Amino acid sequence: MTMTSPVTARPAARPVKALDRLSRALPKLLFIAYLTLFLAYLFLPLIIMSAATFNTSKFPTVTPWLGTTMGWFQELWNDKAMWKALWLSLGIGLAVVAFALPVGTAAALFLTSLDARARGIFYAVMVSPLLTPGVAIGIATLILWRQAGIGGGTFLIVLAQATFITAYVMLMVVARLQRFDRAQEEAALGLGASKWMIFRRVLLPFLKPALIAAAFIAFLQSFENYNTTLFVRGTDTPLTVYIATKVRTGLTPAVNALALILIALTIVTALVMELNRRRKEGGRKEG
Amino acid sequence: MSHSVELIDVEQAFGDVKAVHHFSAHIAGGEFFSILGPSGCGKTTLLRLIAGFTEPTAGRVLIGDKDMAGIPADRRPTAMIFQSLALFPLMPVWENIAFGLEARGVPKAQRRKRAEELLELIALPGYGTRMVHELSGGQRQRVAIARALAVEPQVLLLDEPLSALDLKLRQHMRAELRALQKRTGVTFIYITHDQSEALAMSDRVAVMNAGVLQQIATPQELYANPATPFTARFVGETNGIIGTVRGLEAGLATLTTAEGRFTGRAGAGLEDGERASIFIRPEAMALSRIALPNSLSARAVSLEYEGASAMLRAVSEHGQELLATVPNRQLGEAPQAGEQIWLSFQPEEALILSEKGAAA
Amino acid sequence: MTEMIKRFGPGLGGFFIALVALWIIGMVLAPNLMMLNFSLKPMLFPNDIGGPKDVYTVENYTALFGDRVHRAIFLKTVWGSGLVMLATLAITYPLAFWMAKVATIRGARAMLIALIIPFWINEVLRTLAWFIILSFNGPLNAFLLSIGLIDAPVRWQGDFGVLAGMVYAYILFMLFPIYNSISTLETAQLEAAKNLGASTWRIHRRIVIPHAKAGIATGCVFTFMLAAGSYVAPALLGSPGSRWFTEIIYNWFFEGGNWNRGAAYALVLLVLCMAVVMVTLKIFRVNLADVAK
Repeated sequence: MTMTSPVTARPAARPVKALDRLSRALPKLLFIAYLTLFLAYLFLPLIIMSAATFNTSKFPTVTPWLGTTMGWFQELWNDKAMWKALWLSLGIGLAVVAFALPVGTAAALFLTSLDARARGIFYAVMVSPLLTPGVAIGIATLILWRQAGIGGGTFLIVLAQATFITAYVMLMVVARLQRFDRAQEEAALGLGASKWMIFRRVLLPFLKPALIAAAFIAFLQSFENYNTTLFVRGTDTPLTVYIATKVRTGLTPAVNALALILIALTIVTALVMELNRRRKEGGRKEG
Repeated sequence: MSHSVELIDVEQAFGDVKAVHHFSAHIAGGEFFSILGPSGCGKTTLLRLIAGFTEPTAGRVLIGDKDMAGIPADRRPTAMIFQSLALFPLMPVWENIAFGLEARGVPKAQRRKRAEELLELIALPGYGTRMVHELSGGQRQRVAIARALAVEPQVLLLDEPLSALDLKLRQHMRAELRALQKRTGVTFIYITHDQSEALAMSDRVAVMNAGVLQQIATPQELYANPATPFTARFVGETNGIIGTVRGLEAGLATLTTAEGRFTGRAGAGLEDGERASIFIRPEAMALSRIALPNSLSARAVSLEYEGASAMLRAVSEHGQELLATVPNRQLGEAPQAGEQIWLSFQPEEALILSEKGAAA
Repeated sequence: MTEMIKRFGPGLGGFFIALVALWIIGMVLAPNLMMLNFSLKPMLFPNDIGGPKDVYTVENYTALFGDRVHRAIFLKTVWGSGLVMLATLAITYPLAFWMAKVATIRGARAMLIALIIPFWINEVLRTLAWFIILSFNGPLNAFLLSIGLIDAPVRWQGDFGVLAGMVYAYILFMLFPIYNSISTLETAQLEAAKNLGASTWRIHRRIVIPHAKAGIATGCVFTFMLAAGSYVAPALLGSPGSRWFTEIIYNWFFEGGNWNRGAAYALVLLVLCMAVVMVTLKIFRVNLADVAK
């Protein structure tokens, strides 16, 4: 602020100065208010939902507070349908990862070995499932497989979810591949390595961090998917469908107990990953 | 004695673009051979087709008198060192070095032992378990060389491997590379755009421009007797003045130029009456305050002190830029900027080269 | 293709190509083409298939725009999704800028982790949270009654509930791309602009927003697509009077029993989203590769 004009550079009257200070502080105050509201908006719903778990009220709420209980965890634990839904979701998630990881990686490698024009076309096709509403993916899958006499169920859930989750994997692997020095492959070839050995010893280790991250994201996407799953589930009930059905047909705080557990797991995972990241960064500095 | 490399009329085209035109050279076994040229001149293409990453569109590549047509990179007796080095970042140093042995199915204990020997050779003993990112630029350089040498290649191909290093380290690595080459006796083919690098290390240098071979010669020969105007300008500093040949006699030629008439040695195949340029190295220029035979009248522009000597920049009245080396002991009489001077030279120290084919 | 074989050899390269073909042809192209084919046929009984009634028709599409209620719901869905998109953009932009350029690295990092937590929790649960808050005897009404802002509980469920739930569910799809793109802006550019006397407003309009346009476009495309294709929020937070287009599609499949018409409706939704993608990319002059990052 050295370039003040001659007019304002002259000493101003005291009240003007105070006003000036206020007007300079105002944006900052406004921003703090905004930030507070934003965080409240983001977390209050989750906190209220979690808190309702401990209310004895049969309908999950925090107003009025009828009494504190741990009973809803008990009820959740005894809910066979919930366990079934949970195991199904986990199984579907693993199956989707097992499919999307190799296919997404192959797609990324395929893209990087095309010339610019062909790459543009294939890229658009591969990314399109991400820009397609989930319901449309579910419906398209359902219609195609009905022609083959296969109706909704776990198989179609995996297939429909993998359709767009593969695209996420592809993008993450492509991002990593962009930092890959292709000369490494040539160097290995020049040293007499077979194509398989180059893939196993040079390319795959390089892709490993991206593949781990992609597997995590793929699993998460599958585990929390609802829109696509809804159309292809047939009579199978994964966890998200189970929760949504509960909300409409007989919501009790047992569902909140489930939400609370998932939130806690999420927080723990996020913290573990962050600590891991910090440790790794620290380690690199030492070296 | 390691293998020789013979390039016979090699040509490489990418679509309509010819990256390499009719290139022929014989590189003797155990020779340190450099290919020098500006970026985009086709030198990397040439190296890649010796390595077998690409096949030439025409011509033949012989390594150790054996035709390499159809033999892929992994089965040629060559190893390449890449500009980026292309070390494997996720393997420790020893696994990098032993990678080629691993590819050949050598047992682990033996690989480890060989890696240690090579680490000894490159003066990095005990570095085997380090990761690549823990090494300095010069150390990485040496690891890349060891990795290439591990497969006992007959011919080592080096693609500007020193370009990422800073000047001091680069100069140090030159000497080290040269010593390593002498010690191992492997044929080195070295690509660079840095003429001082090529001159410092090589037994012979091939100069290339726009895919065309200009000259193959020893460093001294290249500097003293460039075969083409391109080589004269590219290798070292020079003064080049264009004109027309008027008279050829006993190996000397006379050139009339906008700056006047000059006499110098006639280059090979120079003909009377054709367009040609006279080239005079800055150190052949003598500074005087009076007009002498074979001299150019000019105005001093600046004097750049370079340590062992100084470089005088001047401009003639026709706008020709001129360079002259001023030895330290003459610095006292160096001209002021704007001062009128004359730069003269001995005819034996100037070379007149035809500009006929140079337009290409 | 040949490059793939050359790079990985016939075995591995061929395997990769087969996987890619399985995905692109079997899972992306074939289902969509089959859905298109399906949507152009009338609903048939199994023994009519291949018979004289099995003809191509656009009836399923004209039905959508002929039906006053369906047309209105479709338009409302477009309009509502646009609103969700604009609301999330307005809410997240300042925060994205703060995280990318104002906050310390530690602050931004902590914020990022805090944001990731609700992002990883699934959409159904996020919507459930709002279902609880907005319920008739729920905390929001209780709070507003207690401070005297309202005299009687308000029925929040309906259009308001749906939009509020969607903004909440998709807000981070807007925040992250904008944050990522602002992060790549060189801070010196902001300082230079300030030094040259530009106002805050001008700095954003002339430097930050143009730089972040790919991120803004990405956020807009995703929130619109997610909102228009959302099923949970309208199903849980809506009321009978606030139906969303996806609910109609669902009904054609699982209640109305006319899959052909349902397919046509789903395709209209798909085309709508693709159109929004194209138009947004055109407006922001961004290409697809910048969006899918």
